[in-house]
Amino acid sequence: MDPLIRVRNLRFRYDDGTQALDGLDFDLYPGETVALFGPNGSGKTTLLLCLVGLLDGEGEIEVCGQRLRRETRALIRQKTGVLFQDSDDQLFMPTVFDDVAFGPRNLGLDPARVERKVRHCLRVVGLEGAAAKAPYHLSAGEKRRAALAGVLALDPEVLALDEPATFLDPPGRAALIETLRALPQAKLIVTHDVDLARELGTRAVFLSAGRIIDSGPVEKIARRYQWETARIDDCVAGD
Amino acid sequence: MHQVTLDRWSRLASPIHRLDARAKIVGALALLVSLVAFRPAEAWLPAGYFALVMVLAAVARLPLAGVLVRATVVLPFAGPVAALSLFGGDAARGAVSLAKSYVCACIILFLLGTTSLPALLRGLESLGAPRFFLIVAQFLYRYLFVLSEQAQHMMQARRCRAPRSSRRGLAQFASGALAALFARSYGRAERIHQAMLARGFQGHLALAPASALGRAEWFFLASVAVAVALLQLTPWTP
Repeated sequence: MDPLIRVRNLRFRYDDGTQALDGLDFDLYPGETVALFGPNGSGKTTLLLCLVGLLDGEGEIEVCGQRLRRETRALIRQKTGVLFQDSDDQLFMPTVFDDVAFGPRNLGLDPARVERKVRHCLRVVGLEGAAAKAPYHLSAGEKRRAALAGVLALDPEVLALDEPATFLDPPGRAALIETLRALPQAKLIVTHDVDLARELGTRAVFLSAGRIIDSGPVEKIARRYQWETARIDDCVAGD
Repeated sequence: MHQVTLDRWSRLASPIHRLDARAKIVGALALLVSLVAFRPAEAWLPAGYFALVMVLAAVARLPLAGVLVRATVVLPFAGPVAALSLFGGDAARGAVSLAKSYVCACIILFLLGTTSLPALLRGLESLGAPRFFLIVAQFLYRYLFVLSEQAQHMMQARRCRAPRSSRRGLAQFASGALAALFARSYGRAERIHQAMLARGFQGHLALAPASALGRAEWFFLASVAVAVALLQLTPWTP
């Protein structure tokens, strides 16, 4: 089976000289939900941004059979839905409806289709009644689900989620997990939340210093790196 | 963060709130232009417009006292102009110009209090307002809340760590906080841009097309037109 995402020898260095990714190899297969563990600054978010060409790294990235290049970037962004860590960064339109419609309108879909798609995506995330609301009137959990609806409106084949459960209260977190569980797309989830990874993940990978150093069942990876009880020394020892 | 008053008013339910924003924008513009442009020295004209706006505000269930108080914000700006007329020996003209400014502020408050900002921006766009300015206004309004919230958090953090700081300390904090807020805003702007690119943004915002105006909107516009005609044609001065 061909991977949906194939990354080989990916390197990325920030302007300040920080080597965020240092020869990273990674595959994501259809149907998988991979939890991406790793200490802060290990390159997890950078990897997500590189996958859709928001940061230009060196190395090879293939998404849904398309090699990431300038010409394929728009298509890859459509096929890979990125949920950002801070929903306020992602909800920039004046109403929830307009925000979810942002992607489909950019694809040039006709208004009737945009409307159908928006209503469908809001229903999927359980926000049917929030279409006319302004994003700043939503709770943190609703914001996260609205942002997810905006991502789903592009019909992505892969979801790349950056800390999806951060700042959510237990009911909001549970609702989000239910929603994510019901989505058929392959998922790459950057998280520190081992419980979330246990509930959704089919596999986990551990990233350290810009490289994937381990991969396997969520439980095994979490235990090996003592990821629920880890201290910084443990993470370094894990390297 | 507490919502701003106008934002709260704009979410009330009334027949006027339900009208298409374009009708309200055109109606408000008709009131403003006709009030300012014609019969400059007519002392009772502003009173007629004021009564009309108050009726509209009452139909829209806006708190009238709140409208009256908030409209006074225009007085410090209009006052000096009126004072010039007063010192020029034309006190009546100065008073009329002050009254007109106040009524104009009431009209603007009526429009903003009955129309949500998203609807207002969309209405303005359909009426041909420059899209660039509307997008800037939209982003400014959207992130004003986020930035205010960040500023409030910084203030709270300062109070926790320096409960008895001096004025000088406060000034130092304010300059540092402004710099930090600017840096954070810059970082956020970059992340927003990334989020837009990730969803297919290619340089211009594609917005929803406008639909045709309904009967209620035409009725509202006709009523405003009739009221303006009556106000303008009535011989107020005996």
